[in-house]
Amino acid sequence: MSLFSFFTRRATTAPVARDRLQILLAHERAANGRSDLAAILQEEILAVIAKHIEIDRDKVQVKLDRGAAVSTLEIDIEMPAQFKKIAGAAARN
Amino acid sequence: MSKVLVVTSGKGGVGKTTSTAALGAALAQGGKKVVVVDFDVGLRNLDLILGAERRVVFDLINVIQGDAKLSQALIRDKRIENLSLLPASQTRDKDALTDEGVAKVIAELKEKFDWVICDSPAGIEKGAMLAMYHADMAVVVTNPEVSSVRDSDRIIGMLDSKTAKSEKGERVEKHLLITRYDPARAARGEMLKVDDVLEILSIPLLGIVPESEEVLKASNVGAPVTLNNPANAASRAYFEAARRLSGEDLPVTMPMEKQGFIAKLFGRRVA
Ligand SMILES: Nc1ncnc2c1ncn2[C@@H]1O[C@H](COP(=O)(O)OP(=O)(O)OP(=O)(O)O)[C@@H](O)[C@H]1O
Ligand SMILES: [Mg+2]
Repeated sequence: MSLFSFFTRRATTAPVARDRLQILLAHERAANGRSDLAAILQEEILAVIAKHIEIDRDKVQVKLDRGAAVSTLEIDIEMPAQFKKIAGAAARN
Repeated sequence: MSKVLVVTSGKGGVGKTTSTAALGAALAQGGKKVVVVDFDVGLRNLDLILGAERRVVFDLINVIQGDAKLSQALIRDKRIENLSLLPASQTRDKDALTDEGVAKVIAELKEKFDWVICDSPAGIEKGAMLAMYHADMAVVVTNPEVSSVRDSDRIIGMLDSKTAKSEKGERVEKHLLITRYDPARAARGEMLKVDDVLEILSIPLLGIVPESEEVLKASNVGAPVTLNNPANAASRAYFEAARRLSGEDLPVTMPMEKQGFIAKLFGRRVA
């Protein structure tokens, strides 16, 4: 980074706009037709966990952060203090 | 008590989304719990204006169709803690918005927030109708220009006849927000005057937001203009409008031309 760009960087907002759009549009184009990926992932992940632990659907938070190189999908599942194992879960499935 | 506010206009591109973000942020900055709801299904933009586009997982339609809980779809602003966003779907169409679904979501939002601000899509079709249906108050965004004023008149008529309040014989409280006002062009007689717009539409004036390059800069970086540059004239107009919405009685500031030293010294005598 040159000294010049150091001084001009804060003043110009267009490059920020361009970067934001590039990331957003890359994700939107890739998601074309798979708009519910997050919903599908959530359902399937929860179904797997629900085989073993009783979970409250209201206590689940899904967070996504779409980045240029990597995105993160964060799924927070609140479990009761003494979480109940579902009896015979392994046997049933 | 919680209020449902629709930001509407009929005409496209007049500044509804900009105003939703700025008013929502201003009310939240003043300590109120605010949610802004994007009703522009298929063309969502409020997420982008608020800088939350990378964090959208679920949207209004997911909530209506039961794919997600409301709490899962709400995105909390990272800078203003009282401000949340309920995004629109980018991929579905407006038909996925059902009357009952919207009613249920709005009722649930009213329990959680002081202000539920609905960003209407342009036009007078289903999306715009649903955005206004549950409103207690409306901000009619108008540019001082003939087609915008005409469309606002049409929307005011719909607020008086096609809303839950009007069906009960009550009134939606309507406020006029003039945006993209250019004082220099108004002074030269090239733009409709504020008084003319007010006389034609005859609803109370909420504020006059000047045309400002700060609005574009704020959208570039994904921040409401009231947060990105609070001292700017457009931001000040939005802060004032937010106070007026909260019931304060204060005079509307008339945006002034940027003046040279000499002009300031001699004042503005020409009416
Ligand atoms: N006060 C202002 N000064 C300068 N530009 C503005 C101002 N208000 C809005 N704009 C610009 O006008 C354009 C349209 O604004 P915005 O998206 O808020 O309108 P809208 O009514 O939501 O549009 P649509 O009908 O498509 O939803 C944007 O480029 C925005 O930056
Ligand atoms: Mg808009």
